[in-house]
Amino acid sequence: MIKCKTSKEIGGMGHSKKRKEDARFIQGKGNYVDDVKLPGMLYMDIVRSPYAYAKIKNIDASKALEIEGVVAVVTGKDLEKYGLHWMPTLMSDTQMVLPTDTVMYQAQEVCAVIATSRYLARDGKEAVRVDYEPMKPLMDPFDSMDPDSPVLRSDKEGKTDNHIWHWEVGDKDKTDSIFRNADVTVKQQMHIPRIHVASIETCGCVASYNKVENHLTMYMTTQAPHAIRTVIALVAGHVGLTEEKIRVISPDIGGGFGGKVPVYPGYVIAIAVSFLTGAPIKWIEDRSENLQADSFARDYHITAEMAGTKEGKILATRFKVLADHGYTDASANPSKFPTGLFSIGTGSYDYGASHMEADAVYTNKPPGGVAYRCSFRVTEAVHAIERMTDVFANKVGKDPAQLRMENFIKKEDFPWASPTGWLYDSGDYHAGLKMAMDALNYDQLRIEQAELRKEGKLMGIGISTFTEVVGAGPSKDFDILGIKMFDSAEIRVHPTGKAIARFGTKSQGQGHETTYAQIIAEELGIPMENIQIEEGDTDTAPYGLGTYASRSTPTAGAAAAMAARKLRDKAKKIAAYLMEVSEADLEWEPGKFYVKGAPEKVKTIQEIIFAAYTNHPPGMEGGFEATHYYDPPNLTFPSGAYICVVDIDPETCHIKIRRFVAIDDCGNIINPMIVQGQVHGGLTQGLAPAMYEELIYDKAGNILNGTLMDYLVPTAVESPHWETGHTVTPAPHHPIGAKGVGESPTVGAPPAIVNAIVDAVKHLGIEHLEIPVTPFKLYKELKKVGYFEE
Amino acid sequence: MTKTITLKVNGTEHTVEVEPRTLLVHLIRENISMTGTHIGCDTSSCGACTILINGKSAKSCTILAVQADGKEIATVEGLATAEGLHPIQEGFHLNHALHCGFCTPGMMMRAVEMLEKNPNPTEEEIRWGISGNLCRCTGYNNIVKAIQWTSAKMQGKELPSTEPEFV
Ligand code: FES
Ligand code: FES
Repeated sequence: MIKCKTSKEIGGMGHSKKRKEDARFIQGKGNYVDDVKLPGMLYMDIVRSPYAYAKIKNIDASKALEIEGVVAVVTGKDLEKYGLHWMPTLMSDTQMVLPTDTVMYQAQEVCAVIATSRYLARDGKEAVRVDYEPMKPLMDPFDSMDPDSPVLRSDKEGKTDNHIWHWEVGDKDKTDSIFRNADVTVKQQMHIPRIHVASIETCGCVASYNKVENHLTMYMTTQAPHAIRTVIALVAGHVGLTEEKIRVISPDIGGGFGGKVPVYPGYVIAIAVSFLTGAPIKWIEDRSENLQADSFARDYHITAEMAGTKEGKILATRFKVLADHGYTDASANPSKFPTGLFSIGTGSYDYGASHMEADAVYTNKPPGGVAYRCSFRVTEAVHAIERMTDVFANKVGKDPAQLRMENFIKKEDFPWASPTGWLYDSGDYHAGLKMAMDALNYDQLRIEQAELRKEGKLMGIGISTFTEVVGAGPSKDFDILGIKMFDSAEIRVHPTGKAIARFGTKSQGQGHETTYAQIIAEELGIPMENIQIEEGDTDTAPYGLGTYASRSTPTAGAAAAMAARKLRDKAKKIAAYLMEVSEADLEWEPGKFYVKGAPEKVKTIQEIIFAAYTNHPPGMEGGFEATHYYDPPNLTFPSGAYICVVDIDPETCHIKIRRFVAIDDCGNIINPMIVQGQVHGGLTQGLAPAMYEELIYDKAGNILNGTLMDYLVPTAVESPHWETGHTVTPAPHHPIGAKGVGESPTVGAPPAIVNAIVDAVKHLGIEHLEIPVTPFKLYKELKKVGYFEE
Repeated sequence: MTKTITLKVNGTEHTVEVEPRTLLVHLIRENISMTGTHIGCDTSSCGACTILINGKSAKSCTILAVQADGKEIATVEGLATAEGLHPIQEGFHLNHALHCGFCTPGMMMRAVEMLEKNPNPTEEEIRWGISGNLCRCTGYNNIVKAIQWTSAKMQGKELPSTEPEFV
């Protein structure tokens, strides 16, 4: 049980408070972007390229323009006149808004049709005729590295190859020397496939430019409204849209998972058209457009190696990555981190040397990548280390749980400096794994497995004991386009003791309206029911970099606590004045100050707040408001121990997850119900790439599964009943000791599942399986090792 | 060319002029301005648009508005009454069966019909029963729990705990 400092009525940290935001969602009163309707609004639809790589010879819009209700067709050439045909990506690369001459991937935006209704815009789109001259696309990133390959980004002056950047970290010489002298080394090539967040709400916007006031209101599906406002100002400042003239409103969002961080061409076209026509422009993409054109996630080809002793002590790791970014690097990473936080890949283990390097290349695929419910490339890193730990355990003949226990960083060794430069804040890895093993009766399972094998049955147990890194981030290292990655909270308390608080983050389902209120309730003793939370309007909320990478609790949550503490200090001064005692004589109990040794002399927080407006001490500023911009001193390092048990049908290769136990440590818990809910959701999004999801392209550049009919998002049937639990190791440097949790399960689950499947078949000679592990893939591998008799 | 149709939505009669090609979901969202019914795909895969037509759950993105002529439609907006929330709404709220809320209206409408036909479903029946509705946020555990809770509530049985089993 979690101990709470506050009463149930106050509802501070640790209470499973039901969510405040639910009321509107369960009654159909949410306000998502497609629900926004403005007078005189026009609709936009986008013509997209059927080819992965082609020259545009001609765009003939005449037939479209003949349709009554079609108002305009906008091409790249039109935008070029205003210098709006290209835009910068968050990674300082460049991306086409609309092409003037070449398309670089299938489903790329070619031109936009504006009409008086959704249906007429679609009619117009069908009527536009585009002549293409197809070229042979580069679809394989290894081909892109070939010096003889054509240069895709010839628009960039002086570009002679398809290489984007090289990155490396760690001590190469030390690592190489350990590898040369080690008893045991293992090596595995693996691909973390291209996948898509597929939030159930797609992306869209309503851009509404007011000519008279030269002011743009932009309703859009964005996880980072303030950052977007700044980006729009950077892109469109030269046509007079400066930052004070832009208001970004992020209404309710139907899931984000990283896919709603980037600026997509559709948004920019809508703004441009609204700017030119003066009419509000609505653009809502279809699901298929969303899957085919919006940012992908992952797509890392990794060569992973581990060196160790024959007794099973890990000594070093070496990872080499080839990253396929599509035709532009449109990742959503902090600017100084081209591979995101991939260097967390040394894992939860105590060893002193690692070397990691990555190269990124252009291909004729859609640009990206975003996180897919993951803190900047942590999933790729965790997959590599957790898979390699099993490969290594197998090689030295040790039980994977035992090997992990022997290699974990010990609880007392935190803060722990990793060989790639992180300072892990805290953790208790042994406790987490033990708890997960006890929940399943691990030893008994191993006995059962041995017996089943004798009967020819396939059962496997897989472990993943991962360390996440979230809460970006400290401003000395973390920025996006130069803007430091702090986050903010502003609390205003009204005379009657009720409050409104605003944040620079933006919930997409995480429950901020409830959890932020609980943090403030914890610190101020005002009941959480009386604290209204608002986010997503850049005109009213303080500046912040938004919600992704599990950063809201570590940054904005901390800001809320700090702002509330400023108010509590003020409350103390007022209480001392009201009770005519010195501040040193006062004691705080959630909701009131009382005089030490005389608990009957007491002022409630509500009385104190009222006094702040009616009877405040001379010389003190009136009112009861505070703002805080929180710059974290370090990131936070949540961790988890997951165990998966699978049974495999030896004939159909159907893989059934019998049990899945997830023990998470996200530090102090604000709302157990919400944390558990986040873990459930993250686990299903971990299951998805492990067994179902992958964006597949053929050699000609066609996407083969670009609709929800064949891109397999797990349903309630594929998703097992998740069993969850937790350990608590507070983040020592964080004001409320919380670490963040939304993504841990997505990061940690895939290797647990794959390790379980491999464990079920490793006695047949299979050492590794690429994700997604489908029954057909497993069948082919089993066939290769001669499992099926003819 | 348009066609005039008359249909009842949540008990109120509407006479609307629509193009024959208009999808029912667009009629509900745009002509009748009830935006609780959502659109999440273009291949009838997600269920965000699920409503009831004469009591049977249907994906309103896959039906033409003209096919609903003369029919009774129920949407999420019609679940609550003057007496309060429908048990399925309570069940979803108390069991934390929604995060972003985008799948929620469709999911609840589907569950309402399922419970009508099978008041006491097993976990497996619930999972298959909602397998035409995708949720990207919750991992389904709590949706299953919410439907079980609602089933107990609607039958006047003892209510299961709504606390998280997060030990
Ligand atoms: S909108 Fe996806 S099934 Fe109707
Ligand atoms: S709650 Fe977000 S899709 Fe279900």
